[in-house]
Amino acid sequence: MASMKNTIAERILDFLKNYPPFNLIPKETLLEVAKNVEINYFEKDQIIFSQNDTPHEHLYMVYEGVIRLYRFAEGKKHIVDICDEGDLFGLRPLIMKENYLMGASANEESIVYGIPINLFNDIILNIPKVSQFLIASFATNTRDPFSEKHKGKLFANIKAIKKVENTFIETQSAKYTKNPITCNPKTTIQEAAIRMTTNVINSIVIAVDKIPLGIITDKDIRTKIGTGIFKITDPVELIMVSPVITFPENITVAEAQIARLKHKVSHLCITKDGTNNSELVGILTEHDLNLIQGNNPLLLIKEIKCAKDAETLKYIRSKAAELTKGYIEQEIPIYFVTKVISEINTAITKAAIELSIKEIGKKPPVEYSWLAVGSQGRKEQLLMTDQDNALVFENVEDSEYDGVKAYFLKLATKVTEKLNIVGFEYCPANIMASNPKWCLSKREWKHQFKEWIKDPIPEKILLSIIFYDFELIYGNKELYNQVAKSVLKLIKKNQIFLSFLGKVTLDNPPPLGFFKQFLVEQDGENKDNFDIKSRAIRPLVDAARIFSLYHGLQINNTIARYKKMMEVEPQNKDLFESCSNAFKILLTFRTSQGLANNDSGKFVDINSLSKADRLKLKSCFNPIKNVQEAIKIRFKTTQIG
Amino acid sequence: MLGLFKRKNFPKYWQDYIDKVSNSEKYSNYENIRFVVLDTETTGFDYENDRMLCIGAVAIQNNKILVTDSFEVYIKQEVFNKETVKIHGIRKNGDEIKISEEEALIQFIEYLDDAVIVAHHTAFDLNMINTALKRINLGPIISKQLDTNYIYKKLSPNNRYNKVFSLDDLCRRFNITMHDRHTASGDALLTAFVFLKLTNQYKKNNALNIQDLVKTNYHLNS
Repeated sequence: MASMKNTIAERILDFLKNYPPFNLIPKETLLEVAKNVEINYFEKDQIIFSQNDTPHEHLYMVYEGVIRLYRFAEGKKHIVDICDEGDLFGLRPLIMKENYLMGASANEESIVYGIPINLFNDIILNIPKVSQFLIASFATNTRDPFSEKHKGKLFANIKAIKKVENTFIETQSAKYTKNPITCNPKTTIQEAAIRMTTNVINSIVIAVDKIPLGIITDKDIRTKIGTGIFKITDPVELIMVSPVITFPENITVAEAQIARLKHKVSHLCITKDGTNNSELVGILTEHDLNLIQGNNPLLLIKEIKCAKDAETLKYIRSKAAELTKGYIEQEIPIYFVTKVISEINTAITKAAIELSIKEIGKKPPVEYSWLAVGSQGRKEQLLMTDQDNALVFENVEDSEYDGVKAYFLKLATKVTEKLNIVGFEYCPANIMASNPKWCLSKREWKHQFKEWIKDPIPEKILLSIIFYDFELIYGNKELYNQVAKSVLKLIKKNQIFLSFLGKVTLDNPPPLGFFKQFLVEQDGENKDNFDIKSRAIRPLVDAARIFSLYHGLQINNTIARYKKMMEVEPQNKDLFESCSNAFKILLTFRTSQGLANNDSGKFVDINSLSKADRLKLKSCFNPIKNVQEAIKIRFKTTQIG
Repeated sequence: MLGLFKRKNFPKYWQDYIDKVSNSEKYSNYENIRFVVLDTETTGFDYENDRMLCIGAVAIQNNKILVTDSFEVYIKQEVFNKETVKIHGIRKNGDEIKISEEEALIQFIEYLDDAVIVAHHTAFDLNMINTALKRINLGPIISKQLDTNYIYKKLSPNNRYNKVFSLDDLCRRFNITMHDRHTASGDALLTAFVFLKLTNQYKKNNALNIQDLVKTNYHLNS
């Protein structure tokens, strides 16, 4: 049969045949290759594959544009090679059947051919010239060993590459220094400093009967003595930092790191029962923690701060994902896990903003705050989910408005692009600061909330609901506080809004059907799956929000909201506590499901659950029912519409 | 629908096509959608009197152009217009293997399957294909249809209503090197590049789903 014309494949062949090793392949074979090419388009900085990814089914050849290959080693990014027109990359892992040893991303807008590896393997086997070429390339580590022209490296220098071990030490108990040196409050500063010097330590705990009262560190000697504020003959109690931050003996590395993040201290005291009224047994220093190698949140946050581009941020975020997995496996309390991951996500967003400002080359014209809304605003994001963000900037004169807004839209577009590279998908509902609707001045935001709150029709509530969980990520805190306070004030004056909000949130059907069966999806891709996000987690999030707004609390995190409510409404302590516990269980469940299936964890295949897990899930449903009942009564939702 | 005589028994390939499009479950998940980017070369611009000489198409799925899933046929026609030969270069007795219009349509319909059609100035190509289908008492095409001209307009609100963008305009705008311009397959590939670049822009500020994309195309699909 006469073969049909294939214009596209012929054009691809015309390109391939100019470059090694395709110039060594007979035309008929090459046409077969050309017919099976996949053509990929990559935006500037878009990642093609990341270091340690499992290999794709294609090797790549640059048709137009430039691809950079890079590798992270010892905490630094190294550019391994720059590939341009006609260069091959991503070949070695396919032949060696191993994960990518380096990442590849588009240095500029690029079009890249993907060549199926199975076809290529046949060619290697059947055409000796091609295998000779590849062997020579491997051996000499050059792109084209047969030519002087191509000096680039085809394969990374294997000797320079060692695989980094990933172990989860942060889930182990932290190793602290036992029997720390102490002194009493009346000891002179000089005497304390002499003791620190003889013992080569950078801190000393001030204790009475082994109960720790305070601590002095090298820093206190520098800032309080060196500056002449106190004399060396003064007693240590005048300069000690008090009270000390204390923890029980079984503190994990993770907890210690979080505590240091939270309290911004370099030393933690370990006491018998973990309070500062019990006997001191040890001290945990920054140094003790830094001795521990591997992925730890503090180190990751430090790396994030130093990152110079989005692909480095992505690499660090992938380490954070491993961390989450380790935490969940080790059953570290979910509250801690969300805290660590939120800190990391926040640091990544900050870095993305700073990098973007640098790229624009012009500082923001007025004060602004970058806000996270929805689950990121509540600091409950554990898996990689969609971006939800917004921006508020200081009020400006009408004449300046357009220019100022244009700056922030440009900034936000760059930031959302970077976050997308890191792995946060664009928000499908377009709730992003790059959308002119959600990049507003303070006055406009106040006006927007007023419109939502004073005219609470269901459509507006559904659209606006995620904006009631908004958290400052970067920028001016005062600006953020002003908007947040005005929202709470508005709600206080318009309590009927809460009834409408309650009604809308109660529209989420309860998780169990009449026969106490899980309600599963009726059709579509997720048929017969249980939507744990919408049916179980969201009702608890919604309930926490409405009570929190009712009490005018400026808190976004669901667990923190329930905790505060237990204080504010002691008569309902049990209800809120049960909600908080159910929420923790469900969030842990969703996260482990998501990690296992490498998705958002939104849907659970009920049939794949063990009986114990099913019971555990069902046990979370009573609090949902109870709190929904409470909303109905408190906010009189049945009396409206 | 007076002109369209509904036969009880469609040929199997047509009935299969109708069933596949009607029952497809791919449209809800963008990554699963197969797009067929197509272009036709014709003897002119008159739907009734001019004829298709070539249909070229290439598929896109999950942001990749799949060369292995491409389509190219040349059609035997009695109608001939030496003016347009200068543009597309398809001579009356050229050396391409040519098949009958009906055979070309059968092959195309089978290739099309439940894909979403993408073209530049889609209305023109679809009108040509539908007129040809009508000659064999079939049609019209029921596939969802997108037009790169309209997606571009949606993304550049300043120019929304008053300008029509040619494929050349968009290739220049998006920095796409033009090879094989004015061959059906060549133009289909260029349109595919334009589509990939457009959807990449589009998804930054819009949900990338087929319902919303179809809405950009306000005079087709209505």
